[in-house]
Formats: sequence, C-alpha cells, structure tokens
Amino acid sequence: MTSTTAGAIGTVAPGQRTGLLQAARDSWVVARRNVRRMTRIPEVLVFGLIQPVMFVLLFTYVMGGAITVPGATADPHAYRQYLIPGIFAQTVTFAVAGASAGIAEDMTKGLVDRFRSLPMARGAVLTGRTLADLVQTTLIIVVLAVVAVLIGWRTHTAFWEVICGFLLLLLLGYAFSWIGALIGLSVRSPEAATSAGLVWLFPLTFISNAFVPVSTMPGWLQPVAYWNPFSATVQAVRHLFGNVPAGMVQTAWPMQHAVWVSAGWSILIIALFRTLSVRKYRRANG
Amino acid sequence: MAPAITAEGLVKTFGDVRALDGVDLEVPEGTVLGLLGPNGAGKTTTVRVLTTLLRPDAGRAVVAGVDVLKEPNKVRSLIGLSGQYAAVDEYLTGRENLQMVGELYQMRSRDAKARALELLEWFNLSEAADRPAKTYSGGMRRRLDLAAALVVRPPVMFLDEPTTGLDPRNRMALWEVIETLVEQGTTLLLTTQYLEEADRLAHDIAVVDHGRVIARGSADELKAQIGGERVEIVVHDRDLIGTAVEALTPYAKGEPTIEKHTRRITVPVSGGARVLADVIRELDGRDILIDDIGLRRPTLDDVFLSLTGHAAEQGTETAEDAEAAEDRTVTTGKDA
Repeated sequence: MTSTTAGAIGTVAPGQRTGLLQAARDSWVVARRNVRRMTRIPEVLVFGLIQPVMFVLLFTYVMGGAITVPGATADPHAYRQYLIPGIFAQTVTFAVAGASAGIAEDMTKGLVDRFRSLPMARGAVLTGRTLADLVQTTLIIVVLAVVAVLIGWRTHTAFWEVICGFLLLLLLGYAFSWIGALIGLSVRSPEAATSAGLVWLFPLTFISNAFVPVSTMPGWLQPVAYWNPFSATVQAVRHLFGNVPAGMVQTAWPMQHAVWVSAGWSILIIALFRTLSVRKYRRANG
Repeated sequence: MAPAITAEGLVKTFGDVRALDGVDLEVPEGTVLGLLGPNGAGKTTTVRVLTTLLRPDAGRAVVAGVDVLKEPNKVRSLIGLSGQYAAVDEYLTGRENLQMVGELYQMRSRDAKARALELLEWFNLSEAADRPAKTYSGGMRRRLDLAAALVVRPPVMFLDEPTTGLDPRNRMALWEVIETLVEQGTTLLLTTQYLEEADRLAHDIAVVDHGRVIARGSADELKAQIGGERVEIVVHDRDLIGTAVEALTPYAKGEPTIEKHTRRITVPVSGGARVLADVIRELDGRDILIDDIGLRRPTLDDVFLSLTGHAAEQGTETAEDAEAAEDRTVTTGKDA
C-alpha cells in the first residue's frame, strides 16, 4: 500500500445503462457469481444429486412392488415408468431450498449492503440467484435422467415432446426458486430458511399424483391432489414422455389439460412471487 | 466550497428506539468528517441513511449534489461504502469480487477487470488475487472490502468503523491508504470509536450520542473543550483520596474524576511530562503514597464525560442493536 496508483477520483466513470438492458446484465453478473460459488462448494450439488437418485431407487425397489397403477400392466417396469416423471417433478421443486438458503445467507452477511449500495437493478440479486439455481436444477435433471434410463425408464414420444416435457419441469423449478426467494427474504437465518424451504414440500409433493394414483386416495383428498399445481406438471410430463399407463382414465379437468395448466401455474407463480420478492427486497431498503 | 455531504434533521426510529434524533451534518468537498461515538450512538444508522440503505423517517440528505431520497440510484454511482464487516463474497477470489463490483457499477467487463488488478496491486493483494476470500486474513479482507469501495474512484466515500477489530499494524496501513485518498481529493465520512483515529484522519469531528450530534469542531477545538492529557493516579490509602484531590487541584484543567473502589483519580492537565513530575513532587511532599501514576491521552470516555457528564454507554440496548433486530424482521442483517 505504498504507491499512489489509486489515481484521480472520478476518472473511472460508471457506465450509463438503463432499464431492461441493465437489469439483464446485472442479473447475469449476479448469476455468474452464484454459479461460481456452486463450483467452489461442490458438496451442495453432490447432495442435491444424491437425494433424487436415492428417491428413485427407494421407490422403485422398496415400495414399487407394493404399488400397482390402475390401467397399467402387472409388469414391475410399469410403476417405474409411472414414477420417474413424479421424481423429476419433485426434484425440481427442491430448488426452493437452494434459493431460500442462499438468499437468506446473502441477507445476513454484509454482502447485501454492498449490493444495495451499488447502482444496480434492484431485482438483479434475486433474479441472478434464481437463474443460477436453474443451472443447478438442469444439471441435476440431466444426471437423474441418465440414472432413470439405466434402471429401465423410457420415453415413447417424439423428440420435441420429450424436450417440451423437460422444459415444463425446468419452468416449474424456476417458479419454485422464486417461492424460495421469498422464503429466504422472510426468515432470519439460513438455517431457518432451509427448513422453511423444505417442510411444506413434502405434503405438496405427496398429496399429488407423483408417487401413487390419485384415485387410490380418500374422496375428499382427490380434488386437492388434482388441483395441486404440482400434479399438473407431473401429469403433463407423463403425457409428453408417453409414461401415462394406457388404461388409465383421467376425468379431472386439470389432468385433461395438464400441459397448459402446468405452464399456467408456473407462470402465475413466477409473476406473483417475483413481484412479492422484489418488493420485499426493496422494502428492506428502509 | 460546496458541501459534498449535507444532512438536515435526520430522524430514524426502530420501535421504541430513536436511533437518529435530528442529525445535522455538513462535510465540505475534499475534507474528512469523523463521526465519533460509542456503539449504538447512531453512527452506522447515519451512514446507512446517507448511502441509501435506509430511508429516514424525517429529514433530508444531499450527497455529491444529489438528493439521497429522490435519486438514490444516482447517489449510488457516486459513492463508495466500506463497512465494519467486510462485505465480500467468501467463495469468490479477490479478483472476482472486485470485477463483480465494477460490473455492477456498470463498468464494461474489460475495464472492471483492469481496475480489479490495479486495486489488488495497490492493496498488496496481488499474490492472493486468485484465492477465495475465505482464505484471507481479517486484515486482507478489510483491504479487499475497501478496494471494492474504490472501484469507480468515487468522489464521496463512507467508511464505517474501518479499523475496528484490526491489529495495530493493519490499522496503520489502512490509515495510510485513507490519507492517500484524501490527498487525492476524496470527500470522506468516517465513523470511529477511537478519538485517536478521528484525530489523525479527520479535519472535523462530530461527536454523536443517542442519535444526536452533541459537539463538533476540529480535533484541536474538541481537545480544548475536553482538556488535553490526563494524569491518572492510584492512591495507596483510600482515606487519602480527598487530600490527593486537593493536591492535584492546582494542576487540574477540569473536574477530577474519582473512582472510590479502585482509588483512582483522573484529572485533565496541560503541560505533559513536566506536570507529571510536579504532581509526583506535590504528592510526595504531602506524604501521599501512590500505587500507580501515569499520563494518558483522552479517550472516547473522557470526551463523553466532558460533554455529557456520563461515560460512553456501551453494550446496553443500543440503537444499532435495535436496528439489527428490526432489519432481521424485514430481511437484511445489519449488525451494530
């Protein structure tokens, strides 16, 4: 700290960017930061991978034998075809935990003061985080798909339909990371954020068509399961992958229009939770 | 010269705590204002209002000619902030941290990259440039944080307790950096709990207590007000405290402070070591046995004792603790 190369003040002028372009670039800068962090703490990604793989194996080999899907053959492979899209969907919803813990951590460290004292787009800290989570979710889904293929899962539709199925899954994951963002902004510590991010996911993903057919649930629970946004994505993805058992009859409206219902729910969640989160982040501004 | 920072009647309450109770400040361009006060006096809250992190309940503030409340984003592009907690991403390297900050100041990536290297070199962090900040020592992190505040060479800088928790060597090094910045014309508002630090770095000092500015002036003016050095003695025999005070009175430049249980008497004096010798002779002449005697500079406590009649209150329920609690409920975590 001896030389004087700090230079004259004001000689590095901050650039002039405005509006959407600035928001996009700031989000990109923050996303890159979060992806870099991910590579420096690979444990997070590793555990993010272990969990869904474990679910696939447990459901397939432990519970699979006891569950028969109406309309499917008695073939043990049939439940596997039914199950895998459900596991995919459950896996993407775990993006909630990453986003909520990550944002809660940023908030408790001094770093958020740095961000808020910079002339950057207000939503960029959150958007950058959710985009980085999307990268992580994509990686996990790719690995999970490979594992699923290894244990016998197959798609039976056109390539573009399979791609659409994966895009719907990622859209749901992105939507859920915005729910995570709001949770992360609302709790007081990263530890609380992790639990708060996960605790409601279990009822949400279990009161659905992900693991067992809804028709096997008590009558009063069935509408809840059918209208669960999560069920719509599971059904849509099964449809797009060709994993709906041939003899299965779906009469509930959200199940019959699952692709559009799924996309609609996800977009609605993004719109709502992004608005709430960005407002909350701004209000933290005092 | 036009003031680079103006604050008028800033008020901010957190629940029952009035963190800011009408703060007025004016920092002329190119000068350094030291905001001196104990924990919870409202120093950090003032900085947070001026750096757009917190909206005041009342009052107005203008930084670098821009209204803080009306055009916060414009203010943000003209200021640098370095806090008492190093605001760096632990998992990013020093270089990545600085480049990210540059890009978020809307610099072009190439310029941000070049500026990061320049700053790392200036702060003696070149060798650690590609190591995650997690591996940095406390002093290195603080330097990185200060470097981040300097990325765009902002005309106005805010340093919130820049040296709290640093060892003396790192503190000196940081002081040199700050002095260089000021030589180059940066306007600086710095908060500190150390009179010595304010004395060395600041042209003007504002003493804050309970969210108010209770005194302001140059270091010399304040010292004249609170007296210079102190002679501190510990008498051996408790019963002789009264006699000892009497013996000290001719040399005292202010009210003596007496702590009965430790038998310690402190009086402001002027004249330095000569006075100390006189005091020793005087006490000796009166056969007052002393356990300890010394000459020391005034501390923050002395300033407060002289200005408010009470010692600097620390660790009680302070405004900034309240702010931290408040902030957590809203979301962010800002420590006192």
